[in-house]
Amino acid sequence: MVESGDRRYGPAPLPQPRGPVSAALHDALTSAPHDLPADLASEFDGVDPIDNEDLQLTLFLCYELHYRGWRGVDDRWEWQPSLIALRSRAEAVFEVAVRALAGPQPPLLDGRMASALAAAVAADDGPALSAYLQQRATHEQFREFVMHRSIYHLREADPHSWALPRLGGPAKAALVEIQVDEYGGGRLDRMHAELFRVTLERLGLDNGYGAYLDAVPAVTLAGNNLMSLFGLHRRLRGALLGHLAAYEMTSSLPNRRYGRGLRRLGLDKAATRFYDEHVEADAVHEQIAAHDMCGGLVRVEPHLAADVLFGASAALALDRLFAAWTLDSWQAGRSSLRPRGPGAPITLHVDEPHRATGSETASLMTGLAC
Amino acid sequence: MTSTITPYEDGPLIVRGDFELRTPDGTPIAPGRATIALCRCGRSAIKPFCDGTHKVINFRAGADRDTPKPR
Repeated sequence: MVESGDRRYGPAPLPQPRGPVSAALHDALTSAPHDLPADLASEFDGVDPIDNEDLQLTLFLCYELHYRGWRGVDDRWEWQPSLIALRSRAEAVFEVAVRALAGPQPPLLDGRMASALAAAVAADDGPALSAYLQQRATHEQFREFVMHRSIYHLREADPHSWALPRLGGPAKAALVEIQVDEYGGGRLDRMHAELFRVTLERLGLDNGYGAYLDAVPAVTLAGNNLMSLFGLHRRLRGALLGHLAAYEMTSSLPNRRYGRGLRRLGLDKAATRFYDEHVEADAVHEQIAAHDMCGGLVRVEPHLAADVLFGASAALALDRLFAAWTLDSWQAGRSSLRPRGPGAPITLHVDEPHRATGSETASLMTGLAC
Repeated sequence: MTSTITPYEDGPLIVRGDFELRTPDGTPIAPGRATIALCRCGRSAIKPFCDGTHKVINFRAGADRDTPKPR
């Protein structure tokens, strides 16, 4: 159990449990690997998994062992058979719910994968979270949004990298072309996760890996668990690529709005760089993802077309749920984060956020009119 | 120096390979990444790069040479 000295890069701090299963798993993880009670997952029978805090945290606890791991937890838990069995039961419930939410997929006409993905994205009529963040969100609401997103952005691109060894041919080449850019072409200061860390710092937030796990609700964990589900099962490789395509195809325009929202709130260029970078990068990635990656996959494996569209629809559907949760909370005058209980401390840095100077703000505000 | 420029259907021109982007007076424009997307719809806010605006304006263009209809 060798611990990294730099909490920015993980392992993540073990979050507090949210119900009987995550409590049992949490307790077990703090000692050496051993068998979990066999009937643990029966708690999940009949629950609505997507907003079930206990189920989503249980999945997250299992999945994180495959990423950076948990601080103070024996790495050998990753493949402990009874933990994998628990994970499989939770995944089965989750996958059924996600498939129901995503709905039936239309047949692919003439192998036109990119057009089918574009149609799925165009038909997506989720709540206008990005418009709200651009025009109306308070400083505190924007910080909440960033805390939710930190769970993914601090390991941005990682779940989709699991597709690499599972692919050959054109889809692999296209995925590499995208991922190289996500990882900053191998330059630390350009890695998207590192750009996001600067945004966290500029907003006076904790830049530690997994720092806000206790704060985010089930719907946020569900979006992350979806990527891990797709990433860790070779049979779902089509869905994983469809998921990435949907993310890339719905990124440029919202990221422009997020950047404008931060500028409206007086944040500087360093704070908005993550979003500004995504406007430009994802305009490239969406073409590669739809045409070369997903199109390339179904030319080689035509039977995966429905899976690709399922993955895209699932990504869009869970994003809609997240947007609705967040906007509903704010419209009701509540925080979109979990209430801070004694067991769920939220550590905020007290530094003043770095603000743009007056003239810089004025010139940036002019840019909002275009 | 080898590079490719590919028109993507209803989208930008994707440029790959060994290329240099310059202003008319020869000043280099930093591409920011190995593969870039150049605006084809004319409405990007970050020209010469694409920012996805073509989707908002319903830009339509093929991926091959356009052949005008005979008049």
